[in-house]
Amino acid sequence: MDRSWRTNCAVIFAATTSFALAAPASAQDTFKLGIVTFLSGPAADSFGVPARNGAQFTIDQLNKGSVPSPYEKVGFGGMKIEPVIIDENGGATKQVQELRNLYQRDNVDVVLGYISSGDCLAVAPIAEELKKMLVLMDCGTPRIFEEARYNYVFRTAAHATMDNVGLVRYMKAKNVKMDTVSAINQDYAWGQDSRADFVAAAQQLYPNVKVQIDLLPKFGAGQYGTEISALVGAGSDVVYSSLWGGDLQAFVLQSVPRGLSKRSQLVFSAADHVLPPLGDKMPDGTILGARGAYGLMSQKSPLNDWLFKGYEAVNGVYPVQAAYRITQSILGLKAAVEKAMSKNGGKKPSTDEMVEAMTGLEWPSPGGLIQMKLADGHQAIQPIAISRTKYNPELKRVDLVDIQYFAAECVNPPPGVKSIDWIKGGMQGAKCD
Amino acid sequence: MNFFLTIILDGLIQASWLFIVALGLTLVFGVLKILNIAHGSFYALGAYIAATAVTMVAARGLPPSVGFVAMLLSVALIASAVGLLLERGLLKMFYGRDEVVLLLVTYAVFLILEDVTKLIWGVNPIYATQPYELFGNLEFAGLYYVGYDLVLIPISAAVGFAIWFGLNRTVIGKIVLAVIHNEEMSVSMGVRVNRVYAIAFAFGVLLAALAGALTAPKISMQPGLSSDVIILSFAIVVIGGLGSVEGAAVGAILVGLARAASVHLMPQAELFMIYLIMAAVLLFRPEGLFKRETARRI
Repeated sequence: MDRSWRTNCAVIFAATTSFALAAPASAQDTFKLGIVTFLSGPAADSFGVPARNGAQFTIDQLNKGSVPSPYEKVGFGGMKIEPVIIDENGGATKQVQELRNLYQRDNVDVVLGYISSGDCLAVAPIAEELKKMLVLMDCGTPRIFEEARYNYVFRTAAHATMDNVGLVRYMKAKNVKMDTVSAINQDYAWGQDSRADFVAAAQQLYPNVKVQIDLLPKFGAGQYGTEISALVGAGSDVVYSSLWGGDLQAFVLQSVPRGLSKRSQLVFSAADHVLPPLGDKMPDGTILGARGAYGLMSQKSPLNDWLFKGYEAVNGVYPVQAAYRITQSILGLKAAVEKAMSKNGGKKPSTDEMVEAMTGLEWPSPGGLIQMKLADGHQAIQPIAISRTKYNPELKRVDLVDIQYFAAECVNPPPGVKSIDWIKGGMQGAKCD
Repeated sequence: MNFFLTIILDGLIQASWLFIVALGLTLVFGVLKILNIAHGSFYALGAYIAATAVTMVAARGLPPSVGFVAMLLSVALIASAVGLLLERGLLKMFYGRDEVVLLLVTYAVFLILEDVTKLIWGVNPIYATQPYELFGNLEFAGLYYVGYDLVLIPISAAVGFAIWFGLNRTVIGKIVLAVIHNEEMSVSMGVRVNRVYAIAFAFGVLLAALAGALTAPKISMQPGLSSDVIILSFAIVVIGGLGSVEGAAVGAILVGLARAASVHLMPQAELFMIYLIMAAVLLFRPEGLFKRETARRI
């Protein structure tokens, strides 16, 4: 009798437990999301902090169920999102340790973030080794998926090839003269890859272009007097740069008084984030990209209105590329989690279920449709906008004018082809409107 | 011809602020025999203080010239006070110990100051560009140069001359040189060595901070500013010879010109050029180009 009572209790307990485990995710469940972005260091002001602000805004809105369709469901499939935000500053070695800590000590379900190409290249193999899902939200270098294959790693934004092919296509469409070009880029993965893509794309659309000055100062150099002398002295038709953040601001501040913008057409691949701090110091007519159809170049939609106006109301400044990129990343993860839940009966999905759902996924974002089309469904492509700067004295801000949009498949390589090979091969298969 | 003039001018502009930083480092080593790892932090401190002063002046609608003067004065006052405080409150406790101990102490100061700047000014880049437009632009060798950059050259030369004159042509300078040559003998002659140490260290800090202030209008102030500066200034004093004012000047000019030449002629070698010069000098002159002669003690 006693034994059967115990047995019954055990059976009831086991049944209850298994039922609880199999039960649909409820509001009591949480989804622990590790977020890595620069909170200090040179990249914090331009990218890291806007990304953190974007993440906080988006997560807060998702937890309230205030995001427009198709994201109106609270959190991730009804689960509240619990962010664990850490600083990306400190170098790749530190980030590898921090990633392990997030998975093994903080027990996060997914890690999402990373801005630096160097950090992305370092952490991707670790996530793969641990069999944990990693969503890279930024990083420019195409090398991540072109030099390795990953099952647990995704990048929800296009790589730098898009920025540079977009720039050259824009210049060609607007009849910008480019018989000669000079370049200044930082001496690390992002700068080197950006430069290689831009020069290769320029050689395709401007077959007679000559590269004159080709500078690779170290990251964080801060003073460019000598480099500016060389660039002004060369007097190229175009001066191209993928500099960003404090380096780009310093370069603009130091080069404009020396007449570089009057002598050459300035072309910046990722410069939207420096417009608010620089204001009228940014010369009119500069051609720039924002690594997507973001910020002042974003297209009107309910989702974009929600992010642009909401973010501005909370932070007092409009969102730039980093805020857009992390938002599209979080929304993509939400779409993947909910897709996985729709297949497993509404349970909190396992890592493998989320990975399967995210592979090849497409989802709408404030910056347009994101499609995981490259690297066997692990690397995103997206549309891009390129424009020119024009200072608006009434609003006391730099406006972006003469905007042109390029479809994702016009500026990104097709699946199975390395970016640089695609560009050098004449960008075969590009679908431009 | 214009091309070489451009290289020379670019090199001198680069050398001007590097010389002021290296001068402080070499002065502190000459007098106190301390390899001051925290020297770059004082440069950063000067830059941040200057940015704050310029911003405060600009916020009151005053002209950039007032901002320029305010930044120099505020940096001079605060940096000297910080220097004296550190020397009297910390470094003097470690005199007479192994040089490595003092090296570690200054490294600790470097780490502390890194966090102090983050604590006070935050982690985002800050700017103070108003004085950069103060001296207009000038055409030279077919290129436009910002007047502010050009003004740095005579300022740097004036600072260098003042230090040289002070050391070699004044009573106080003679006393400092006496301490550099033979501390024990100086004490026996009635020199207050502790006072000389305090003044020399404060001057070293002041020079580093002054260089930071002078470069502040054309750069973005952000964490990590100090690391690059300490590497460059160490390279300069090693090339010139530790403790030598003339060596710091020649070292700074060599580094500035080498960097400018490589950017113009061989950009891919730019990062390597400084170390190449350092290695070449040390190969033939292991104690630097201008190492002081020291009397053999019996």
